[in-house]
Amino acid sequence: MVRRWLLVLAALLFGAASAQGELEIFSWWAGDEGPALEALIELYEGMHPDVEVINATVTGGSGVNARAVLKTRMLGGDPPDSFQVHAGQELIGTWVAADRMEDLTELFEEEGFLDVFPPGLIDQISTDDGIWSVPVNIHRSNVLWFVQDNLDTWDVSVPDDWNDFLVNVCPALEAQGVTPLVLGENWTHNHLWESVALADLGPDAYQQLWSGDLAFNSAAATEVWDTFGRILDCANDDAAGLSWQQATDRVVAGEAAFNVMGDWAAGYMVTTLGLEPGSGFNWSASPGTDGVFMWLSDSFGLPVGAPNRDNALDWLRLVGSREGQDAFNTLKGSISPRLDSDLSLYNAYLRSAAEDWSNDVVVGSLAHGAVAKEAFMSEFATVMEIFLSTRSPEAAANAAQAIANQVGLAD
Amino acid sequence: MRRNDRLTAFLMLLPSIVLLAIFVYGFIGRTAWVSLSNWGSDPGQALALNPEIAFVGFENYRKLFTGVIDVRFRQDLVNTFFFTLFFLAGCLGLGLGLAILLDQKVRFEGLFRTIFLFPFALAFIVTGTVWRWMFQPQGGVNVLPELIGLPRLQLPWLTTRRQIWQFDWNQVPAFLVGAAGVVLIWLAVQAWRSHRRARSGVQGALGLAALGWALLGTPGVTLLPYPETHGFNVAFIGIVIAAAWQMSGYTMALYLAGLRGVPEELREAARVDGASEVQVYRHVVLPLLGPITLSAMIILGHISLKIFDLIWAMAGADNATTDVPALLMYLRSFRANRFADGAAIAMVLLILVATVIVPYLRSALKGEVRR
Repeated sequence: MVRRWLLVLAALLFGAASAQGELEIFSWWAGDEGPALEALIELYEGMHPDVEVINATVTGGSGVNARAVLKTRMLGGDPPDSFQVHAGQELIGTWVAADRMEDLTELFEEEGFLDVFPPGLIDQISTDDGIWSVPVNIHRSNVLWFVQDNLDTWDVSVPDDWNDFLVNVCPALEAQGVTPLVLGENWTHNHLWESVALADLGPDAYQQLWSGDLAFNSAAATEVWDTFGRILDCANDDAAGLSWQQATDRVVAGEAAFNVMGDWAAGYMVTTLGLEPGSGFNWSASPGTDGVFMWLSDSFGLPVGAPNRDNALDWLRLVGSREGQDAFNTLKGSISPRLDSDLSLYNAYLRSAAEDWSNDVVVGSLAHGAVAKEAFMSEFATVMEIFLSTRSPEAAANAAQAIANQVGLAD
Repeated sequence: MRRNDRLTAFLMLLPSIVLLAIFVYGFIGRTAWVSLSNWGSDPGQALALNPEIAFVGFENYRKLFTGVIDVRFRQDLVNTFFFTLFFLAGCLGLGLGLAILLDQKVRFEGLFRTIFLFPFALAFIVTGTVWRWMFQPQGGVNVLPELIGLPRLQLPWLTTRRQIWQFDWNQVPAFLVGAAGVVLIWLAVQAWRSHRRARSGVQGALGLAALGWALLGTPGVTLLPYPETHGFNVAFIGIVIAAAWQMSGYTMALYLAGLRGVPEELREAARVDGASEVQVYRHVVLPLLGPITLSAMIILGHISLKIFDLIWAMAGADNATTDVPALLMYLRSFRANRFADGAAIAMVLLILVATVIVPYLRSALKGEVRR
């Protein structure tokens, strides 16, 4: 009897001791993206063998489910040690505004991050009160995917801008029974919209939308919806039933000519479909956005009240390091935001993206949390729905402005 | 001794009373309070440690029914209406049909009964996933005709954006008042027949007034300063099929129990009087199934009002053409951080479900007391 009690006591003590050496990482990287996170965790365990890493993953693309779980955990006073969040407004508008994040300026100075991350990116993850997260990757949103061999067969070329697409490319393809542009489920509409808006407005006016200097119901912004509607007329009508991967599949299979998707599509085509970038598939900036890089970025922050704060800081050091980023991004199919990453490790698509990242004008993505608060981002789906059911540019533009006013978009 | 018994009973019930008070009624009360607040309208305060929350009265509800950007909620209500209508019709029709067939003393009745009941044993999330595959435009149901050499179907199922039976949201008060008027007039006729002239007069006058006001387009009530069309989203047909597939077996079981409860002597008596089999069902059996139909409608009705997982699995939360209030409540609360809006939607749902459940509970409890 006494022995059993001693055993229980020992187990309790041992448990308590190992609890000090824990690190809980919260993310939505499962499935295809899981190995990249595993690589980072392995590196961490190599450096800190006494720390037990808990990989808390909630599946669901773009964090749709993970974000909901995270909110209930934070509201319940049970924050993870560090969590994945889209850099920009998704972090600042929700968590920094709620005063639930720790300022990382000191860490950035210590680790020299200020010198290796582009200043434009640092601006987007900072407020006047501090720097709030460590970006681990950069994805590009405004990419047009196609297969050059197929375009040659159909005798069309990559459109210079949307007007070229609507006037020349779309009718030529439709005449041959090919879907000119393939779209997937709901959110891919928002994804396409931001590329169209960037093309129609140009990078300066596009950014003015988010600073409140250009109204959503101004003539220029209303015009975007008109273009968008005409582009939709060139798209497949079963979009709602397709995931983004299935949409990409149609381009690869030659059923559709073009697809606008973020560059995780390259990761999918290279890793899952086993295609060679440049021969199996080709890409360009989405029509009319040459020289502009619309970015989104996953990052990790430090919530106030993290149970293992020191371990979390070590994690952030690793996440921002060149070694950590090159291990992660080569597997994830994204580029490193660091300007000194070892490009020889990356494939052809990623090298071209990295080059554009350092040379292009850089603007943030709406659909992926960079430029607008979650309240606006989420309600933008309603705006899209209003447009899809009425096909009225004015109705959509007015609804977008009404939501911007309601959530205080520019505050 | 008797007092002791009561004390024991009270003590035994106490834990569940306390738990119910906290976890059911406490949280309903909390949701009601949140729905009257502005929690989440300032994004910075939504998830703050100690959010500043102010009381705003029925503002959130006003916005839901008349606000510019809450058009999606209004369409969701319309969706729920049509879904409930067709889901009930499908389940009751199929369930009754299957029950009558099984009631014909067929061989292997037990086997058939089990087969028809099986879908009910599945979770909605499983049903949804299976039917999502069945309704893919490129496969599933659409390729079935190929098995017998016919061309494949081109039905878009869940992906269509078609909307039929469109109407203006501003006509809704007129519909509601008109419906109330018709019901009142019907009650007046009933009262007249049972020789309650005074009651009949009052009801008839009220009913005619309501009907007249409705026919004039309910002057004095304006929801929106502009027309806003809503209608039946054709994409819901697939969801109705999946839901009816799952629940009609259960309805069949209810009806079967009812049919078995009809005394054989009654049928015999009808047959002796020269009634055909159809007439036996029409005039003897079906009227006796009335209470079963009511129970089934209430059980199915509240399932349809709170449906969430089936649609989540079949079409996703973001597919606005197949949206229902419960999904929007989730999106509002946990994606957009607008907790007060989400709570208001939850309260609207609670009220809708209560209008279905409470009268039923009252009549059921009354019946029990009498027994």
